[in-house]
Amino acid sequence: MWSYTFRRVLATIPTLLAVITVCYLLLHMTPGGPFDSERKVSAAVLANLQAKYHLDMPLWQQYLYYLKGLLQGDLGASFRYADWTVNDLVGKALPVSASIGGGAILISLVIGVVLGVVAALRQNSLIDYFVMLLGNIGGAFPSFVLGPVLVMIFAIGLGWFPAGGWDSFDVRYMVLPMSLLVFINISTIGRVMRGSMIEVLGSNFIRTARAKGLPMRTIVLRHALKPALMPVVSVIGPLAISSITSAVVTETVFGLPGLGKLIVNGAANRDYTLVLGLVVLVTVITVVFNLLVDLAYALLDPKIRY
Amino acid sequence: MSLLKVNNLGVQFTTNDGIVSAVNGVSFDLEKGQTLGIVGESGSGKSQTVLAMMGLLARNGKTSGEAVYNGKNLLTMSPSELNRIRGDRVSMIFQDPMTSLNPYLTVERQMTEVLELHKGMTRREAKKRAIELLEAVRIPEAARRVDMYPHEFSGGMRQRVMIAMALLCEPEVLIADEPTTALDVTVQAQILTLLKDLQRDFGTSIIMITHDLGVVAGLCEKVMVMYGGRVMEYGTADEIFYQPSHPYTIGLLGALPRLDHDGSELVSIPGNPPNMARMPKGCPFSERCAHASDRCVNELPPLAASALNPHILRACHKPAAELVNEAREVAHV
Repeated sequence: MWSYTFRRVLATIPTLLAVITVCYLLLHMTPGGPFDSERKVSAAVLANLQAKYHLDMPLWQQYLYYLKGLLQGDLGASFRYADWTVNDLVGKALPVSASIGGGAILISLVIGVVLGVVAALRQNSLIDYFVMLLGNIGGAFPSFVLGPVLVMIFAIGLGWFPAGGWDSFDVRYMVLPMSLLVFINISTIGRVMRGSMIEVLGSNFIRTARAKGLPMRTIVLRHALKPALMPVVSVIGPLAISSITSAVVTETVFGLPGLGKLIVNGAANRDYTLVLGLVVLVTVITVVFNLLVDLAYALLDPKIRY
Repeated sequence: MSLLKVNNLGVQFTTNDGIVSAVNGVSFDLEKGQTLGIVGESGSGKSQTVLAMMGLLARNGKTSGEAVYNGKNLLTMSPSELNRIRGDRVSMIFQDPMTSLNPYLTVERQMTEVLELHKGMTRREAKKRAIELLEAVRIPEAARRVDMYPHEFSGGMRQRVMIAMALLCEPEVLIADEPTTALDVTVQAQILTLLKDLQRDFGTSIIMITHDLGVVAGLCEKVMVMYGGRVMEYGTADEIFYQPSHPYTIGLLGALPRLDHDGSELVSIPGNPPNMARMPKGCPFSERCAHASDRCVNELPPLAASALNPHILRACHKPAAELVNEAREVAHV
């Protein structure tokens, strides 16, 4: 298990290098530059700026220069936020996104699994239809619709929570954005869990468990839960990654200073170092979550050994 | 008094094509230490009969009639009452050992949970007993292998584990639903010998479901032949084998490949089993029966004592005497 983990972490290096190279080229091929704006700057100022950020060097030199910094853990200086390094910007945004997205994923995992199991056990009952309806709403309505609806009801109507903004991890500001992400995620998790639980409950080994006289509770918790969780584990990885790194709409609706917003702004501004820094971060998060998912498989299924 | 008395058992499934009767009017008795064979081809309702008794029918299944065990009807019991009997007093072995054990739990967990539940044993006591049973079904190195997962056992070994698991609480009735079908022939023979030995040692009554007449001949005292969800013939194994008096039984026996003949061609009963959703009005076998008359097509023959031998119950309009002569000819071909 440890050697497998170590090998997987090592395999991240070529992945990361490939991602950086492709993104680097794409960014520099895109028309426009970080210092293009409606207000023209003079040629001398532009030249100074270009020199400061090494944009006057040939591309391959810039690339190597960037990699050298990366090896030292330095993501470079932001082109647009003049007084900020990318490390600082990411360091501020990541905790916001990680707490909102990560918290939402943990909560939706618990709620989604419980709802899925209950719906599977009471197939075609009212509660089953309710769970399916919830799933369809969460799946069909985009978050830019659901988000403002939440704001209308709970912020403007009831006045329980602020409509948006962020105040250094004040829980009141976290409730609504997390709720939105939870709602979207449980629609997937609940649906997958329901489907796989129904399938597992129809399998031969569950019939054996029933023939042994085990009560339903033991059958579900001991015999059916683990195998039914396997498909959920498969979807939880991508869900967690997108909830943490690309909850752009959620962050915009609630005005959160998170990663999603940083990526969009960075790309629009041709903030080369910022976008690349975020790409590196997203790649690392993706690799880590994929590894966690694979380790979770081994934890659940005795047939999988690394 | 018999241990298990099944009376007019029926199984119906609600499907999109309407209600399908999988089993109709099945009745039999099981005495202590006796072995009953239920024979028939696929879809004859033999598995559904025992699944109904165990409360293991699919969601859309319903039962009628009664299956009385120790004075109580298994079919109308509450789930919790049934759970006190199944796995403890009545247990079951399934056809496919590859999928009937939980791949996510060790053999130890799957066995000990039965004893913890029905016998109130501690995990440690239960494990000791589980190892004893695994040794009884001749699993080598049982003490070490008990902690393994099902995928670490071969098919034959898994079926032994299933049998050991079914015998943990020394049940009075063991239901074996085609326990050897998924196994190769040498392993089949081992499993059958094992069941015979275990029956001798534990005094368990066995209901053996199979479509292998060789299995019946070697193991069973009584035989029930089923077709299209109904009982065709019911009697002692000797009587059914040496003097079959129902066209379907005769056909089944005629289809057995024989060692003492070189005839390379395999004999079969012409036609296919009936569609359960559109059963013939009369005898279910009438479509394929060489002796079928108009009466057979239109009128269901009742299950009644044979004129030749009152111990045999048969459901056929044609008098037994005429068929027995023909059966002799079949046997001497």
